[in-house]
Amino acid sequence: MGMDSLILFSLFALFLPLAGFVVLIFFGNRLPREGDWVATGAVAVSFVLSLIIMFSKLATPDSVTATWAWVQMGNVPVLGGLTIELGILIDNLSSIMLVVVTLISLLVHVYSMGYMQGDSRYGRYFAYLGFFTFSMLGIVITHNLLMMYMFWELVGLSSYLLIGHYYEKKSASNAAIKAFVVNRIGDAGMFIGIMILFVHFATFSFDAIFGAVAAGDLPFASQAWLTAAGVLIFCGAIGKSAQFPLHVWLPDAMEGPTPVSALIHAATMVAAGVFLVARMFPILTADALLVIAYIGAATALLAATVAITQYDIKKVLAWSTISQLGYMILALGVGAYAAGFMHLVTHAAFKAGLFLGSGAVIYAMHAALHKQHDHQTDAQDIRNMGGLRGKMPVTYWTFLIFTLAISGIPLTSGFLSKDEILAGTLAFSTLNGHFLLPLTAFLVAGMTAFYMFRLVILTFHGKPSDKDRLSIIREAPGVMTVPLIVLATLSLFFFYSFNPLGASSGWLYQALERPASVVPEAIGPIAASVLYQAVSSVHTLVMILSIVIAVSGLAFAWLVYEKRSISADKMAAAMGPLYRGSYNKWYFDEMYQAVIVNGTLALTHISNWFDNRIIDGIVNGAATVTQGISKISGWIDYMFIDGLVNFLANFTGAIGMRLRKIQTGKVQNYLVFAVFGFLVIVFFFMAI
Amino acid sequence: MEFQIFGIGILTWIVFLPIVGMLIVLLLPNEQKNAIRWTAATVTGLQLVLAVVVTMIFDRTALGINDSNSFQFVEQFRWIVVEAVPWVGKIEIMYFMGIDGLSVLMVLLTALISVIGVISSWNIEKMVKGYFALYLLLVTGMMGVFVALDFFLFFIFWEVMLLPMYFLIGIWGGARREYAAIKFFIYTFVGGVLMLLVMLALYFSVAYTNEAGEQIHTFNLLHMMNAANYVEGSILYGLDTTWRYVAWLALFISFAIKVPLFPFHTWLPDAHVEAPTPISVILAGVLLKLGTYGMLRVLFPILPDATIFFMYLMASLGMISIIYGALCAMAQQDFKKLIAYSSISHMGIVMLGMAALNTQGTVGAVLQMFNHGTITAMLFLIVGVLYDRTSKRGVYDFGGIANQMPKYTGIAMVAMFAALGLPGLSGFVSELFSFLGAFDSFRWITIISVTGIVLTAAYILWTVQRVFLGSLSDVHKTLPDLTGRELLMFIPLAIIVIFLGVYPAPAIELMNASLSHLVDFVNGGMP
Amino acid sequence: MVFPEWLAEPGLNHFLVVSAILFSLGLLAVISRRNIIMVLMGIELILNSANLNFVAFSRYGALSLEGHMIALFVIIIAAAEAAIALAIALNIYNRFGSVDVEQISELKE
Repeated sequence: MGMDSLILFSLFALFLPLAGFVVLIFFGNRLPREGDWVATGAVAVSFVLSLIIMFSKLATPDSVTATWAWVQMGNVPVLGGLTIELGILIDNLSSIMLVVVTLISLLVHVYSMGYMQGDSRYGRYFAYLGFFTFSMLGIVITHNLLMMYMFWELVGLSSYLLIGHYYEKKSASNAAIKAFVVNRIGDAGMFIGIMILFVHFATFSFDAIFGAVAAGDLPFASQAWLTAAGVLIFCGAIGKSAQFPLHVWLPDAMEGPTPVSALIHAATMVAAGVFLVARMFPILTADALLVIAYIGAATALLAATVAITQYDIKKVLAWSTISQLGYMILALGVGAYAAGFMHLVTHAAFKAGLFLGSGAVIYAMHAALHKQHDHQTDAQDIRNMGGLRGKMPVTYWTFLIFTLAISGIPLTSGFLSKDEILAGTLAFSTLNGHFLLPLTAFLVAGMTAFYMFRLVILTFHGKPSDKDRLSIIREAPGVMTVPLIVLATLSLFFFYSFNPLGASSGWLYQALERPASVVPEAIGPIAASVLYQAVSSVHTLVMILSIVIAVSGLAFAWLVYEKRSISADKMAAAMGPLYRGSYNKWYFDEMYQAVIVNGTLALTHISNWFDNRIIDGIVNGAATVTQGISKISGWIDYMFIDGLVNFLANFTGAIGMRLRKIQTGKVQNYLVFAVFGFLVIVFFFMAI
Repeated sequence: MEFQIFGIGILTWIVFLPIVGMLIVLLLPNEQKNAIRWTAATVTGLQLVLAVVVTMIFDRTALGINDSNSFQFVEQFRWIVVEAVPWVGKIEIMYFMGIDGLSVLMVLLTALISVIGVISSWNIEKMVKGYFALYLLLVTGMMGVFVALDFFLFFIFWEVMLLPMYFLIGIWGGARREYAAIKFFIYTFVGGVLMLLVMLALYFSVAYTNEAGEQIHTFNLLHMMNAANYVEGSILYGLDTTWRYVAWLALFISFAIKVPLFPFHTWLPDAHVEAPTPISVILAGVLLKLGTYGMLRVLFPILPDATIFFMYLMASLGMISIIYGALCAMAQQDFKKLIAYSSISHMGIVMLGMAALNTQGTVGAVLQMFNHGTITAMLFLIVGVLYDRTSKRGVYDFGGIANQMPKYTGIAMVAMFAALGLPGLSGFVSELFSFLGAFDSFRWITIISVTGIVLTAAYILWTVQRVFLGSLSDVHKTLPDLTGRELLMFIPLAIIVIFLGVYPAPAIELMNASLSHLVDFVNGGMP
Repeated sequence: MVFPEWLAEPGLNHFLVVSAILFSLGLLAVISRRNIIMVLMGIELILNSANLNFVAFSRYGALSLEGHMIALFVIIIAAAEAAIALAIALNIYNRFGSVDVEQISELKE
């Protein structure tokens, strides 16, 4: 296939969901079924196009780029003329990601037709789903940091709109704001990173930046700035991929409809962060990568410890997502590029499945509770479930497959990717001694198996919490179960590698070959060949270890929750503060509320006070002082200057009053005066 | 380039059409309210058509700024000439107008906002005749400032704006209108006085030699930009002298008051809160831009040495305005006051971009001036719509409007997210270039400023939540959605906001040449 | 007939003395009389004293015929003035029912 048509296809794949969005926003109310088929159809076509793109791309080693001038500026000092380009880059990474995004999005669309039925803003919901898909596709196929950032923010917007779908609820709108603002904090860092690169290289394009760095041109001629740029851009990923310490938005994002959670957690929003790190991989220095690896490991551990004690079915999954994202980031950080990205792909399938499965459970619970006229019981609390296995067989079996996959049990896709991550991490530590990383990774692997099986057992096995309710629970409709079955199939190993015990021979792993680092060798990461050699030497050991750990986690959950031979409550009591910390998510929300939110609010009040009292106080004070001075000068004016003038006037007036008496108005009198005066003058002159 | 209608230059038409409209309005009887409104609408509409024509035939490659030959639509006549004054020599004041890439967008913005202001004034019932007469006078003043190239003319237009604004706030305003009007007047007047002083200092320092060999003192801005025209021994002669710095500071303060920059900003919240909606729109949409425009047109090229010397001062004030404005906005409970403070924050971005003295920053700043004009105009109209219907504008007075007024909410979302700097909407592009330019010149100041975008997101989303989301209270269940007239004022603005967000190149092309030249000129010092 | 010496040859002084007496009488009438008619008559006396002076100076002084001419002129003017003054007096009488100058003081108020 020609390169041009590949670009054309990718443009169609990108803009079709946007077109769906526009149609639904303006004409949604006039279309039958509020236009859900428009949005779904658009994404379906996008998916088919993405498949074509992926197959044609994987067939050739060359990547395809197309660019369009967006803005041109001339005569920029130092830089000369400046053209800012928009462009598309189709390589293995983006073509695979295209398929993942459109596939998950398509399944979520189909599923939502059942799940969201009867919603008051059904059409609006589908419009936003389309917009979400569009924003994510934009991130995937762009060839430059600017577009990356633009679509990055649009993803933030769409998550805001969808998390806040039930905006009548205060908690939903709060969660939406939290998601957007927390993401914006990461984005601000990313923006600064982008500025560093742009100001030095005068381009946003990945290729151009990588090329310049490879040629030895570092930002501001400093290795520190290069590391800083890498870490700052990674801040964007910390926000979007919910890494510690900006992970707090993701559990709250469960306020959105469940299919949205599936979309956010599997294919769109959180994947963006991992994708960004993968894209920027060539310019990340060893120091930057180490930061990334440690943040990933910390996130994985932190989230796993919280997931263990949660009771809300969606919250458990949310924390497990954070934990798995930590894995991916860790893998990229240690340089196990293909493993990390492959985990993104496999995780997309089974995590979407887990969310859609939990959505089916919640849907069934809602229906049952509605029939019972019970509006108090929480439909998402796993303590109110139990024994659903018999009533919802499709959901149960698919859910079990997803759980096996996420726990890393062989024959599943999750095993393949997780095994590679663990191997990569261990190999990395053998090379430079960061043993904390593999230790954490293995620990988290065990915990994952434990809490996921705890979830399955409490939900589907055991005694039902309410027999009457169980009797009226029904399996979800076909439009919801079909996506589950599709995703369950995709969670099996053979899609990714024909060898169930090793991913490295599979097509996906091969396609995701780690790009060459462009940073100077002295500060660059461990070379791929060295790392792979170390990986192959520890691989068998890791495989055995990971299976043992996963199975023991699984078995432990079985003992605690199915057999009840170990009491969960006693364990919790024995753990004491650890349990409480985990149950309360280590008090991150409270801490941020107290320090950052209240701190900012206090700052706003101080600013406002400063504005009203100090600045305006000075202004009004100046006015008052001027008024005072003017009063004094007015008094002086009145008393002295006017006083003199008035005195003269009054004096004249008083004399006038006296003199007017002689003005009798009688001619004869005047004549007398005249004669008298004449005589006086005569005498006067005669006297002389 | 010249363009004349009935032998009179197009810029004169654009500037003085509103005066003609004002005379017609004054001749109409007071009871003919609709005739008065339609007159104002027709006049401003014609003005907009002319402004669009100017923009269309504008030559994008012409440099302008200090080169009198590349200004476009120039009209230049001797206006006031006094022969042989003792000590001073010959005095010349020119009627000198022209536009370049710096002013062309501002002319378009002024014409656009003026029309929208008239549409939004339609339901003003109090003293309609006086209102529109003053309104049209105000429009002439604003437009005049953007096209004047003679400092004297510039100053006259600058002061002409003041009076109608004072009355429009003081008579048609809200409860504390007199306080607000006087505050506005005094603040601006202080600025005007400083400007007058600098203008006179420049006048006595600058003299050019004409063909006849006479030395002529002049107010011509372009002559003031030429170092050769400074009379030896005069107060502003030379480079980097104390008096030049003093003059720079005085002029800077007079423009900074208009912008408004921290700490000269406190007239703005009061004026905005008390002014009627259309006047808030004009105030935020056009008047604030006069300050930054004045800096680029007058301050930077006339005193480039001092501009470079005070770069960091400007950037710091921009940074403080960005963050401080956002923090203050977050603390407000009055919707209008909140937007007023957000204006301070957004104009801080303009200042930051300008201070960078490079093309990206300046282009970003001028684009931000235009975008802020359209976006904030929308925001004030949005508040006005709610205020018209309920006479309330506290952010806590509402909630759940989204379900009751979907069209209104859709428009409001576009404006709100544009103000938040969402990519795809115009605010993002200009903020992007402003920051990119600023980062080139100032590392840490820009990094601190970028935290402002987080604060902006927080207060805007919080406002959206309080006003539009949540559940609707019973008293608001009868609120009607936007009427046709209201849509008429929102839709053009929304289209511009979206279009420039997706494809800003047309706007950037208009100003690129002039701004690049300006930056070169300022950085090169005086040639 | 023999006249005393100061009368034997009547000279300018005699005329002037008569004129002065006439003038004084006229002035006295103008100032002291209340009746407007009497005031008018006083004015006539004053005019005539002036006429006498003119004629006298004409006869004894440097003036030749000018004095006579002016005297004639004054007589004519006096006649016209008397006519107007009487008309005014009549009107005053009609208006106030009196010719007493003391009572006619509207201008003062």
